[in-house]
Amino acid sequence: MKLADWIRFRTVYTFQRSRMNAELEDELHSHVQHRADDLERSGLARAEAERRARIEFGGREKFKEECHEAAGGRFFEILLQDVRFGLRVLRKAPGFTIAAVLTLALAIGANAVVFGLMDGLVLRPLNVPQSESLYGTHYGDNPAWQSYPNYIDLRDRNRSFEDLAAFNMVLGVGLDTGKNPTVANGFAATGNYFDVLRLHPYLGRFFHPSDEKGPDSAPYIVLTYAYWHTRFQDDRAVVGRIVQLDKHPFTIIGVAPPGFQGTIMFLAPDFFMPIVNEEQMGAPSLKTRTTEHAVFEAMGHLKAGVTPAQAVADVNAVDAYLEKTYPKEIAHHGTELSREGLTSFASAAAEFVAGLMVLSVLILLAACANLGSLFAARAADRSREMALRLALGSSRKRILRQLFTEAALISLAGGAVGLLGSFLLLRDLSTWEPIPGVPLHLPVAPDAKLYVVALALALVSGFLFGIVPVRQVLRTNPYEIIKAGSSARMGRRLTVRDVLLVVQIAICAVLVTSSMVAVRGLVRSLHSDFGFDPSNTMMAGVNLVTAGYSAEKVPAMQRRMIEAMASIHGVQAVGMVNGYPPLVYTAANRSSVFKDETSDLRPPNAAAMPFEYDVSPGYFEAAGTGLLAGRTFSWQDDKNAPAVAVINRDFAVKIFGSVTNAIGKEFKVQDGTRVQVVGVVEDGKYMSLTESQQPAMFLPFLRTPESSSYLVVRSHRDPQQLAAAMREKLRELDAGLPVDVESWRSLLEVVLFPSRMATMALGVMGIMGAMLSITGIFGMAANSVSKRLRELGIRMALGARRREVLQSALGRPLKLLVVGSVAGLVLGILATKVLAFIVYQATPRDPLVLAGVVLAMCLLGLLATWIPAQRALSVNPLILLRED
Amino acid sequence: MNDQAQLLPGTLDLLILRAVSLGPLHGYGILLRIGQISGHALLIEQGALYPGLFRLVRQGLLKASWGTSENNRRAKFYELSAAGRKRLREETDNWNRLVVAIASALSQQPEEA
Repeated sequence: MKLADWIRFRTVYTFQRSRMNAELEDELHSHVQHRADDLERSGLARAEAERRARIEFGGREKFKEECHEAAGGRFFEILLQDVRFGLRVLRKAPGFTIAAVLTLALAIGANAVVFGLMDGLVLRPLNVPQSESLYGTHYGDNPAWQSYPNYIDLRDRNRSFEDLAAFNMVLGVGLDTGKNPTVANGFAATGNYFDVLRLHPYLGRFFHPSDEKGPDSAPYIVLTYAYWHTRFQDDRAVVGRIVQLDKHPFTIIGVAPPGFQGTIMFLAPDFFMPIVNEEQMGAPSLKTRTTEHAVFEAMGHLKAGVTPAQAVADVNAVDAYLEKTYPKEIAHHGTELSREGLTSFASAAAEFVAGLMVLSVLILLAACANLGSLFAARAADRSREMALRLALGSSRKRILRQLFTEAALISLAGGAVGLLGSFLLLRDLSTWEPIPGVPLHLPVAPDAKLYVVALALALVSGFLFGIVPVRQVLRTNPYEIIKAGSSARMGRRLTVRDVLLVVQIAICAVLVTSSMVAVRGLVRSLHSDFGFDPSNTMMAGVNLVTAGYSAEKVPAMQRRMIEAMASIHGVQAVGMVNGYPPLVYTAANRSSVFKDETSDLRPPNAAAMPFEYDVSPGYFEAAGTGLLAGRTFSWQDDKNAPAVAVINRDFAVKIFGSVTNAIGKEFKVQDGTRVQVVGVVEDGKYMSLTESQQPAMFLPFLRTPESSSYLVVRSHRDPQQLAAAMREKLRELDAGLPVDVESWRSLLEVVLFPSRMATMALGVMGIMGAMLSITGIFGMAANSVSKRLRELGIRMALGARRREVLQSALGRPLKLLVVGSVAGLVLGILATKVLAFIVYQATPRDPLVLAGVVLAMCLLGLLATWIPAQRALSVNPLILLRED
Repeated sequence: MNDQAQLLPGTLDLLILRAVSLGPLHGYGILLRIGQISGHALLIEQGALYPGLFRLVRQGLLKASWGTSENNRRAKFYELSAAGRKRLREETDNWNRLVVAIASALSQQPEEA
């Protein structure tokens, strides 16, 4: 409403209201006069007649009020009155108001943030046209990796998808525009990618199937809008420019529309390139069916009328056909479909967010319980005022309405503050880059939905805590209260407030329990047995092919690099691993192995699917992986030597029965080669922290040279100096070699990211829960002390000891605290399953967690009752008794 | 005073309509008229009349206008609107049916002891 309109509305409204008031006044006056006329006629004096007439008429103000109501249209006027009065009342109790608003702001803010996450991750579809029919295929419980030939067959043979596109991630690509080369991350996508997604370029053009003419035939890239904006400053002339990607020339042909950030929600790529050129970035070969890491995910729109279930059956039929046709290359695990955007993380993300949502709703409930008891206490303190109003003819309905207006004022203020906070936090989260160099991105964008949710939460919670004192007001007997004063009755009964406090403390104990469990789980996973020792270990990622080395020169150069590292002062051990080291970027290779006696080497006959690592001599020492039996590799274990392997304990026990039994035994790999076990090392984690114990085998890297590898350098030197020395040595070898030096610990960040996030979230919730229980207990204790101050004074005057005074003043809140904590602890233990979804190794049945929760609740109780206890003890009976 | 009956909820409106149906009246006049036609058998608090009047005006059953009373005082006069007349007929019928039904129910003898 514009200001002028508002003023006009107000004046007309006020005018009408005062006219109605005047008319009503006239009419009632006329009534009394007529009655007085009659009484006068019956012989009374005029003055007496008028007095009698007024008495007979009854409660004039009350009837006037009822008339206004009967005439309708008083809603806003009463609301305005209540709001004005409410504001005045709240201003008179600033401490109460601020505490209440902040409590609610925290609770509503937490809910809004979690809702924002849920909206971004789970509710909101991918930002492409008709995303509701867009499905991605993924194998079993692993992400969707498959080989490129498989994808081609799937694309051509399925009958469910309109068309099937595929993409892979190309991370850490050196992008050089001629000045300041930087590292960028992109998607390698099939030619039909943008057509399948039904997107149109913002600038220039996209690549299409017609651009794909065999390997490395389409040197084009499309920039994302965000990358074009930040890196190229919206320069429209960028289309047609040639840039170097890992030293290969590519032409920028277009810019994707704003808001499109690829087809994985939590990644934000910088560019898209044709998948046929993927190998130039060091990606696995597109030609063979066994390289599963060529395609991350295939996806497309389902044809009209095809249900997801039918599509799954169709895709599995194609896979079964492929498995039959290529028995040596393919082991079919069963394919699932999911809405495009989260691949196989969809259910995990949904569970995590749902868990958070439950916890944050608990926080809101605890906050409501808290405010409810505060409101009840205030209503009790204001019983005199209410009694007076009732005695003067106000209706209980009207008083309740006023109380609800106050509750709504507080809840709206709290909601507004909470919304603002969550808005800022979500905005930061959406631009947050949790791990430098990795294009992880939280797809949260606060929008109108957030306002609606916050408003709804505010109103609902206002209603919830506003309803608590209702019964109290309805039962108020004005005459009793005015006669007796509002001093407390010495109730031993269980009141609503007691129940509320217990509920609130129980909820808080659950939150504290879950946050402790999460912290403990994180600490454990940080210090759990990885099967290697990531501390004091520096990594250098080197890709020799992108640096221009031909395949035959790679092994010699790698050996020179290892020797160069070993020559650095203070280095204890150096090794190298092809591809990625364990637990880095959740990337790992698995391959089938067969028992020696197996002759039919088809996937179903495989004895195990161990993780495979090709490592150099010295790797185990550098990684800190303990050798249990046998030997590790030497420089003699090359292509000309017999095939040997080092296996982990799990492999040894599963295939050969025991560690000692395994040494000297043989097994077969996919191509039929017999491999002899020469050593057994300790078990470890390979792809993720949460995996169950998996078999692993280590093969000599000289037998299968690969250009992309990591140097592992163990030293007690200062990491900064060590990294500098490593860079220096590598530069001496080849000044043009792009290297990426990082500690193993920081590379583990990606793997630890989910549990770190979970711990952070749960930790914040736990702290909020603790704060709520402090304010709750404090409110109760303070109220209990202030109500009974007089009684306490008398008891002290009569010689009661401090302990007795404390006991009578604080015994009840403390008892409730104990009951609530125990209930919460039991609930927390029962909620183990829910917690296990969220955090790794979560179990509240851990003596440390139990002790921690008990200690935390005791501390909270102590903290919250300290001030009231001091107040109870410092009572001066003389002053108190004089006061009333 | 104690021989006066409490009003049943909702019946005040009907009584007001009936009182006004005989000609325009002001508030006090309505009270007197109700007393007269009911044989002073009903107890009505004077002020309670007005919320009822406002309600009926809002429902469009009564029309109100200011005029001068028989005592030569300014007063607000109420009269039935067309809708009010219709409503009075319906409510009267309803009421009669109700009275007959209740009376017949109360006068029934138990069939078996």
